Amino acid sequence: MKGVLGACVGEVGAQLVAGAVTAVEVCEAALARQAAVAALRPFITTTHHTARLAAAAAHRRYECGKPLGALDGIPVAVKDNFCVQGILTTCGSRMLTPYVPPYSATVVERLLGAGAVLMGKTNLDEFAMGSGTLDSSFGPSKNIYRSGMKYSLGGTEKYPTSGLEDGDWVVAGGSSGGSALAVATGTAYLALGSDTGGSVRNPSSYCGVVGLKPSYGVVPRWGLVSLVNSMDVPGLVGRCVDDVAAMLAVVAGLDPKDSTSVSSDLKGLQLPPAPSLAGVVVGVPREYHQPGTSREVVEAWTRLADTMEEAGAEVMNCPPGFHAAHRALHRLLLHPQPLRGGVQLHPLHRRGVRAQGGGGAVHGGTVCPDAAGGLNEVVRGRVLAGNYFLLKENRKKYFEQALKVRRLIWQDFEAVWRSGVSLLLTPTTPTPALRYSEFSALDNRTQVAAQDICTQAANMAGVGAVSVPVGMGRQGVPLALQLMAPRGHDAHLLAAAKWIEQHVNFPRLLMSSNYLINTLFIYLFTGTTTCRSRSLL
Amino acid sequence: MNYRVLARSFHKFGHLSGSLQHTPAQRGEWEPVIGLEIHAQITSVSKLFSRVSTEYGAPPNTQVGLFESAHPGTLPFLNKRCVEAAIKTAIALGATVNKMSRFDRKHYFYPDLPAGYQITQAEFPLASNGKLDFMVHDPEVLKAPYRHAVDLIQLQLEEDSGKSIHDTDSNRVLVDLNRAGQPLMELVFGPQLHSGEEAAAMVKEVALILTKIGTCDCRMHEGSLRVDANISLHRPGEPLGTRAEVKNLNSLRSLMKAIAFEIERQQGILESGGEVVNETRSFDIESKETVSMRDKEVLQDYRFMPEPNLPPLRLYDSSEPSCDMQGSLDIHDIRSSVPELPEAVRQRLVRDYKLSLETAITFVNEDDLLAYFLAVMSDRRRDPRLASNLLLTNLLGVLNAKDIHITNSPLSASAFGEIVDLRQSGNISTSTSQNIMNAICGDGDSRTPTQIVHANNWIQVSDEDTLEKLVDKVLREHQDLVQKYKQKKKKKFFNALMGKVKKTPSIMANMKMVDGILSKKLNS
Repeated sequence: MKGVLGACVGEVGAQLVAGAVTAVEVCEAALARQAAVAALRPFITTTHHTARLAAAAAHRRYECGKPLGALDGIPVAVKDNFCVQGILTTCGSRMLTPYVPPYSATVVERLLGAGAVLMGKTNLDEFAMGSGTLDSSFGPSKNIYRSGMKYSLGGTEKYPTSGLEDGDWVVAGGSSGGSALAVATGTAYLALGSDTGGSVRNPSSYCGVVGLKPSYGVVPRWGLVSLVNSMDVPGLVGRCVDDVAAMLAVVAGLDPKDSTSVSSDLKGLQLPPAPSLAGVVVGVPREYHQPGTSREVVEAWTRLADTMEEAGAEVMNCPPGFHAAHRALHRLLLHPQPLRGGVQLHPLHRRGVRAQGGGGAVHGGTVCPDAAGGLNEVVRGRVLAGNYFLLKENRKKYFEQALKVRRLIWQDFEAVWRSGVSLLLTPTTPTPALRYSEFSALDNRTQVAAQDICTQAANMAGVGAVSVPVGMGRQGVPLALQLMAPRGHDAHLLAAAKWIEQHVNFPRLLMSSNYLINTLFIYLFTGTTTCRSRSLL
Repeated sequence: MNYRVLARSFHKFGHLSGSLQHTPAQRGEWEPVIGLEIHAQITSVSKLFSRVSTEYGAPPNTQVGLFESAHPGTLPFLNKRCVEAAIKTAIALGATVNKMSRFDRKHYFYPDLPAGYQITQAEFPLASNGKLDFMVHDPEVLKAPYRHAVDLIQLQLEEDSGKSIHDTDSNRVLVDLNRAGQPLMELVFGPQLHSGEEAAAMVKEVALILTKIGTCDCRMHEGSLRVDANISLHRPGEPLGTRAEVKNLNSLRSLMKAIAFEIERQQGILESGGEVVNETRSFDIESKETVSMRDKEVLQDYRFMPEPNLPPLRLYDSSEPSCDMQGSLDIHDIRSSVPELPEAVRQRLVRDYKLSLETAITFVNEDDLLAYFLAVMSDRRRDPRLASNLLLTNLLGVLNAKDIHITNSPLSASAFGEIVDLRQSGNISTSTSQNIMNAICGDGDSRTPTQIVHANNWIQVSDEDTLEKLVDKVLREHQDLVQKYKQKKKKKFFNALMGKVKKTPSIMANMKMVDGILSKKLNS
């Protein structure tokens, strides 16, 4: 039982099957952990009641010897922009505060259908617009690293683990910061996030966990409140690559409710116990070495490329054709980039208005919406920008140009794969997680532009990408690198990620088992938590 | 008569001139130019982008799903049946079905559109470049039908919006989303019409075709076929004038009245040196006037963008040798399911049965009547003109008086055929045919026409000798009338004698022959 929250899904599963631990015990441990780390604000809504019901049901199945599969009884967390029937879904926005969806997202249905135990809905930047999980209506999420909470790093004492001075703290990344944090703290083994420009990979890299952005269409989007439909994908977060693979096997697959979903043969996905790099061609695109990339990241990147080469992979620089479109992309990123997100927020906006204000006002037979008081500046700015870019006179100038850039990036990737490259190795983010004091000195747009620069292209091209923790920085925050693979090669991508995991010896974070004391501390000294529970019924 | 009145009379009565074509306006006269956009609701059990039912007349807001109400996180999934219906319609209208079409978002902010945008096809529609040939035939104002043709510019699939109900008493707006997401085909036609009658005839033809192929029930009063009319005036030879769009016309009557009103209104403006405003107007059924829709006064920028949640719609045509069979539907499959269309039927009736064009139009306008006629004509020895006359004049007369639809006629097509045969062989007269129909349809006589004729001794005698003897007998018995006729040569005495022959009991004389015999005898 001791340390069960630090284990991987496979290990817990084996214990559950053997009866060494029960699903109810796992759930209670996770609930206690959830309470212990509440001050870091991984969750907007916690779901104790339904979690206990689900755990009890899983427990009965294990007792009968008929578990539903690898995820039966496993605590999971879901980003609060996935609809879960009967449970508040806010998208991190006051605008949707009263919204309780009457239906569940396909991925949520698949997870719960596989016996997973939902711990709650995780924090995010309002409508997933951001890369810090700072711009949430419910307050920021704070990284566990250097938070002052007690943890150890896989036995090593090389890196600092103490809290930062002057009340400063480390940014969790975003926009799926709550999901990455839930996994990093051991509250959930796995979590769902959404990735439009790096929103799963970025916080995963900052929080030292594995974050997968599957190929576009592999994991269906029905029930995911969109940011940019054509780039959004549900993303997967876990502590081990194998866990993420087990989760992918459950959530992937064609969904008739999502016309952009594709069928895949990931149902029985199991990664080889010791993946090999034989025959793998690793491309290292120099364009990703941006000014401002930290030395630690570049060193980790170079070191890993060397290690992979020594292990039998062919490592090569990417063809120069990869340059042009990426430069264009970077320019684009420095301009207001979400061209479409805004427009789609209309329905949300109105839903919020109605629920809060009791309806629009009637003026001489026309209906006017109430003021958009409930949206933060970032979201309002993007709504306006989206509308502006689509105006007749601007369409050609901005919207169509952006589509062109996107097509070029797509072609760049195609050319790279054609040249024989089977994997691209890049940093996930140019720097490891920044301190809040550094990060908040930048505005949201610059944060996004700087932090999503390595991750955005994968969304534009629809390819699969995974962020894997590879080491620790001197400041005691994790370093991570990103792998990208051709569209549909998600299994290969994960196998390579597993190889990395096995060879980098990343010191995994373990929370102090003394969580009761922690909990007490939090209730006594912080006074508030964001925990709210809702019944499914 | 001043110029304006003259011009008005041209618009209203110009087609009375008896010409077979639309009379082009003379130099200097205003010519109306009309283009129609038709929204036809596809006959389908579920909505365009969800599995929610489309049943008509359900209580408000009961036919609404997650997608129609724009719940966050919902996505559209395209109803295949609706695509099939739209392809079928495109083929029936002679249009080219595009192998690749795409959906677009059209943004506007209105309470009956919860998503804030409508999914439609703007840039790459499902089909384009069709042509509609139709007959303009309005017996009330036109002497003879004439043929007209209009281009179908494009056919696109789109979702309908909900309905806003403005409750002015309590100053509230109520929204019914039952209609939201209903599958529509928008048919955009070229500005090639010149009068309300042409517009009505065109809509009628579209309705006939769509009903025939089963893609739309075309019930205008239920809103399943709605027409927007773009109307402008110009002088022939000059560029087209500024148009006004009259939205949501839901009957042929409204369509004609709205066009007539607009022509007059715009003419008034132009004559007095004003300018027509490019605007959207609605038709007030009470006042028979069009009024500007204030909230749509400002030209909207719909901020179109490709719908990212629906991949492009790809189709293939397996009849093409180079076909790669890549796509969701085979156009060829659908093409072979298109039945014979109204215009082809009309031509066949005129060609094969030598019917007049008017008669052919009448039959094609009513499927059941046509089926009845064709059943009668399954015996090709029958005279089609005689059959159609008896059917349209005599039988429909009885049935209409009794308010019976042709499909429920107590007189079956085969029994009707017997009457045609009896009449064609000269065995009965026209009035006897009518009597038989009256007996069967009016009085519920269940015997066959032949049985009725024999029982009543209604077979007319056409034997010359018998008839001569009969005439002689009447002449002998009515010497007074014979004398009067011979003295005064008045027709009424002749007719009186004819009447005496007709009234002779126990014999049904062929009166046509009697007429000849009698006049020979009296005038010799």
